[in-house]
Amino acid sequence: MSAPEWFFYGAGALSIVSALAMVLNVRNTVAAALSLVVTMIALAVIYVVLDAHLVAALQIMVYAGAIVVLFLFVVMLLNLRSDTFAPPRQRLLKAAGVVLALGVTAAFVSLVPSSLPTVRELPEGFGGYRAVGTELFTRFVLPFEVTSLLILAAVAGAVVLAKRRLD
Amino acid sequence: MDAVLLGAIAKTLFIILVAVGVFAPIITWVERKQSAVMQDRIGANRAGVAGITVLGLLHPLADVIKLLTKEDVVPQGASRGLHLAAPLIAAIPVIASFAVIPFGGVYQFGDRTWNLVVADLDWGILYVFAVASLATYGTVIAGWASNNNWSLLGSLRASAQMISYEVTMGLSIVGLFMVFQTLRLTEMGLAQDDTFRLLGFLERFGWVDTLPGWLAWLQLPKWGLFLQPLGFVMFLTCVMAENKRPPFDLPEAESELVAGYFTEYSGMRFGLFYMSEFIEVVVIAALTTALFLGGWTIPYLPQETLIGAITPVFGVGVATGLCMVLHVVAFFVKVIVMIWLQMQIRWTLPRPRYDQVMDLCWKIMLPLSLVNVFVTALVLLLWGNGS
Amino acid sequence: MVPLEHVIGLSAILFLIGAIGALTRRNLIVLLMSIELMLNAANLALVGFSRAWAEHDGHVFVLMVIVVAACEVAVGLGIVIALFRNRETVNVEDVSLLKW
Repeated sequence: MSAPEWFFYGAGALSIVSALAMVLNVRNTVAAALSLVVTMIALAVIYVVLDAHLVAALQIMVYAGAIVVLFLFVVMLLNLRSDTFAPPRQRLLKAAGVVLALGVTAAFVSLVPSSLPTVRELPEGFGGYRAVGTELFTRFVLPFEVTSLLILAAVAGAVVLAKRRLD
Repeated sequence: MDAVLLGAIAKTLFIILVAVGVFAPIITWVERKQSAVMQDRIGANRAGVAGITVLGLLHPLADVIKLLTKEDVVPQGASRGLHLAAPLIAAIPVIASFAVIPFGGVYQFGDRTWNLVVADLDWGILYVFAVASLATYGTVIAGWASNNNWSLLGSLRASAQMISYEVTMGLSIVGLFMVFQTLRLTEMGLAQDDTFRLLGFLERFGWVDTLPGWLAWLQLPKWGLFLQPLGFVMFLTCVMAENKRPPFDLPEAESELVAGYFTEYSGMRFGLFYMSEFIEVVVIAALTTALFLGGWTIPYLPQETLIGAITPVFGVGVATGLCMVLHVVAFFVKVIVMIWLQMQIRWTLPRPRYDQVMDLCWKIMLPLSLVNVFVTALVLLLWGNGS
Repeated sequence: MVPLEHVIGLSAILFLIGAIGALTRRNLIVLLMSIELMLNAANLALVGFSRAWAEHDGHVFVLMVIVVAACEVAVGLGIVIALFRNRETVNVEDVSLLKW
């Protein structure tokens, strides 16, 4: 039994509002990070509506619970309180960029609906940890192992970058 | 649909009233009295009404009244919204983790089934971890919103500790998942309803063909505690460190840093932080009970045996109801035992230094939990299921 | 089941908001956060299509994207910290030495 659909629309509206709050918030960087957390939680709700239970749990655990905390750490350590608007000569260029992005999105949105696949019936236990775990360890075991190497490289890189020089 | 919704609301209210409303204040009293008994003193016993002090049981009420009537001081230069939001962000995930913990089993009443858990999620434990990872935000925001250097440093340390122990918290239970083959807490409880023969592995070795009757009598309940002893110890340690519970309470060390990241909080905001820590003690107790101590099951008395024993006397409906009540009582007895254990640990162990705490997590817990997973996998592979 | 067009539409809108953030903001950290938002929008599209096809490939790919995002944030924030130590700023326009 899936959750009723109005969860999707409510969470979708919340995610759009908080995404806008994050992007348009100039004065308070910490509030921007918190808006990002709200966006991610709203997206996790949408994942549950779409029967992607394991992905929703991992979204909250990893994304909302660790990555944004890392952002907050850096903001607090560097004591970044506020930002400023771009100077006037830059604003025209940025406005042009925004208009271009809008145009591309409009083109995309108008092209996509004609090429969408039809929705199929869901097998039992879709999106649960057993099904995704089985796939992860049988068909996709090579990417899975490669990501462990990626994480190792990222950890080494982050430590080297953020370490204080000993001179 | 309506019956399901009504049931869910009833169970939620039960949890909030009992666990939050009854247990949390009593734990504040237990903390004082148990520490007093352990330290050979009397403890708090002055709060009374009309001169009658009942063993100091009115102290929680006095605490709540004091916290409610104190002034809420917001430091100058702090963001008011964040200052208010931090205790709420700290308290909500803790209460929300109760949603997947079963305080009773599954009972058949004629044609209706009662499942005494608010949300029987297939990925129950992942929900608890997800919600626990959201609890770090309360700490982080509290330090930032206080506009105080030392609060900030305290909160960064605290959240670093919380995040580190989340990792080992998850890894230490992987062995348990492998043994019980499920993440659903109700199924784990049902699987722990059984017993296993302690010397059954001798049969697997082939040393004896069948275990003689007098040796087979030596049975232990199939609790997580006996199937995964190392996992139990590690999980309890990690989840107490996650809660910033003593002995891992360096972030809020009462004798060292004033109060660490919630120095600047007073009145009901501090009350919320304080209460959420004690509610999390109950969550830890309930979680370890559900995972390791067999949840609501009574040892050596599986549900069918119990219902079958009472039915000839009272009939099936009453027997099931009685069984349900007994199971709920058993669950709460075990929760109380776990709370007592946490209090014992708190008042016995000294406080390690912060780098020792982090060393414990990354250098000891992480390799140990991986070894636990490895050994469990070996045992399961070679011997099917131990016995 | 929510109509697939709505899921993709929401994903496109979130991606657009993230792209606007990445284009217009000057604070490096908010820039990184906007990139995270774009990755999340892509994850939503993947989950939506995975639901439509009733396959788990999309979910596995989402897990890979989450891992990559985590690594990218770790290294990116390391760069931000190193940058801040040397330049005392996280404004992208103040670190344009390599610009022509």
